[in-house]
Amino acid sequence: MIRFNNVTKVYPRAVPGATALTKVSFRLAKGEFVFLTGPSGAGKTTLLKLLYMEERPTTGEVLVSDYNSRDIKRREIPRLRRRLGIVFQDFRLLEDLTAEQNVAFALEVTGTPRANIPGRVARALTQVGLGAKARAYPKELSGGEQQRVAFARALVNDPFVLIADEPTGNLDERAARGIFQILREINALGTAVLMATHNLELVRSSNYRSIELDHGQIVFDSAEAPVQNVEGR
Amino acid sequence: MPALRNAMIPFRRAPLLSVLSITTIAFSLFAFGLFGLVALNIKNALQQVEERVEIRAFAAEGTPIEAIAAASDSVARYPEVAKVEVVTQAQALERARKELGEFKDVFDGEFLPASLDVRLKPGFRDPVTVRKVVQRLRGIALVDDVRFGEEWITQLYRLRNIAGVAGAALGLAFAAVAVIIIGATIRMAVLARAREISVMRLVGATDGFIRRPFLIEGSIKGALGGVMALGLTYLAMRLLEQYLSFQTAFFDRRLAIVGILFGAVIGWIGSAVSVGRQLKRV
Repeated sequence: MIRFNNVTKVYPRAVPGATALTKVSFRLAKGEFVFLTGPSGAGKTTLLKLLYMEERPTTGEVLVSDYNSRDIKRREIPRLRRRLGIVFQDFRLLEDLTAEQNVAFALEVTGTPRANIPGRVARALTQVGLGAKARAYPKELSGGEQQRVAFARALVNDPFVLIADEPTGNLDERAARGIFQILREINALGTAVLMATHNLELVRSSNYRSIELDHGQIVFDSAEAPVQNVEGR
Repeated sequence: MPALRNAMIPFRRAPLLSVLSITTIAFSLFAFGLFGLVALNIKNALQQVEERVEIRAFAAEGTPIEAIAAASDSVARYPEVAKVEVVTQAQALERARKELGEFKDVFDGEFLPASLDVRLKPGFRDPVTVRKVVQRLRGIALVDDVRFGEEWITQLYRLRNIAGVAGAALGLAFAAVAVIIIGATIRMAVLARAREISVMRLVGATDGFIRRPFLIEGSIKGALGGVMALGLTYLAMRLLEQYLSFQTAFFDRRLAIVGILFGAVIGWIGSAVSVGRQLKRV
């Protein structure tokens, strides 16, 4: 479903010789839940950007469903992204739209018929437990609730994978647990999840696969490590 | 139509910013409009002067009036000629008395020759064409002499050419300044919605879908700015007329529509450039 083959990414304007990712290879299977961990600057965000084709590899290739980074055309990228759900630490909601308008926005821009939008928006908001706050503006919601709206927006197009870049980074422990619970539920319904996080408590408290990056390289992948090593981390 | 609906969102969401954009566009087009008005009036003035270009072919003494009339018919058929008037000796004397009133007593008897007064069509009043017509007139047997104020026509055309080149250069400069200011104004509006653009791209909007509302918004702002600029230019013209006693010509309906469309096109181009740059960045 998702495959990184020997991917190296160098930003030409960055420090000469510094690579964001070096020869990264891994697979993400259908319906899998994977944590992506590592210190700041390890290359987590670059890896996610390569996945939704915001960036292209310097060498190697990224395969996402039927799309290959080597030959994907610019006009095909929107079609790919409609099949992905993307969530960020800073929520990226539009402040002057209500929760339901923010979610509907994702459907409107993809040309969904207007008649289908309200039902799908209500279902997505209910899925993240925010059905009652559909008319609230982002500033009227807590951080955890805003992140839930972002999740609803990511889910409303029925993605096959949810990409979450530090989704709990701006949240307190309780809200982070709530978001993690939502991610588990989403995954239980068959959507793969790739979650970049610094929150090692969440990683340790679950049995999901984790991949650790450091200086742009995979230094640990629990899918390839003995079980005791995973528990020891 | 979602693009049109989305194009209207900024007018509702940030009316003050929209009004500021339109006003900025209006003032840059106003500067261009004032220049256009000056150019139009200079052109009109030169055209009026040009209409006075006249060739006078004097008939030899004793030429019968019938022969002059026949020559007049023949000259009237030249493609460059707009009008030919036969001036008899008596009429020539009368005209001289009128034009040189203080010497009217000096003129006595029909000593002035009859003539053909030839006026040329617009577009045939340049020195080269005038000289060509003069040559043909000199070839007519009964014509004794031809006068056409050669130096005056040459000077007039030099002035016209200078005005044309200077006008085109200034016009381009004003248009370039208007494009830059309008582009910057629209860029501000695009930057104000940078977050929205990045969210659109993340959820899978195509570049065309993102671009369309901005192009419509830019065109609407440009056209509204054009209407406002037209109003300001009219106001400025009336003030000039009132306080400086100028008689000025204003843009006709066709030019007014061209001006408004020019605003819309600049708005469209400014938006296309700004959104294109923004789409490359996010």
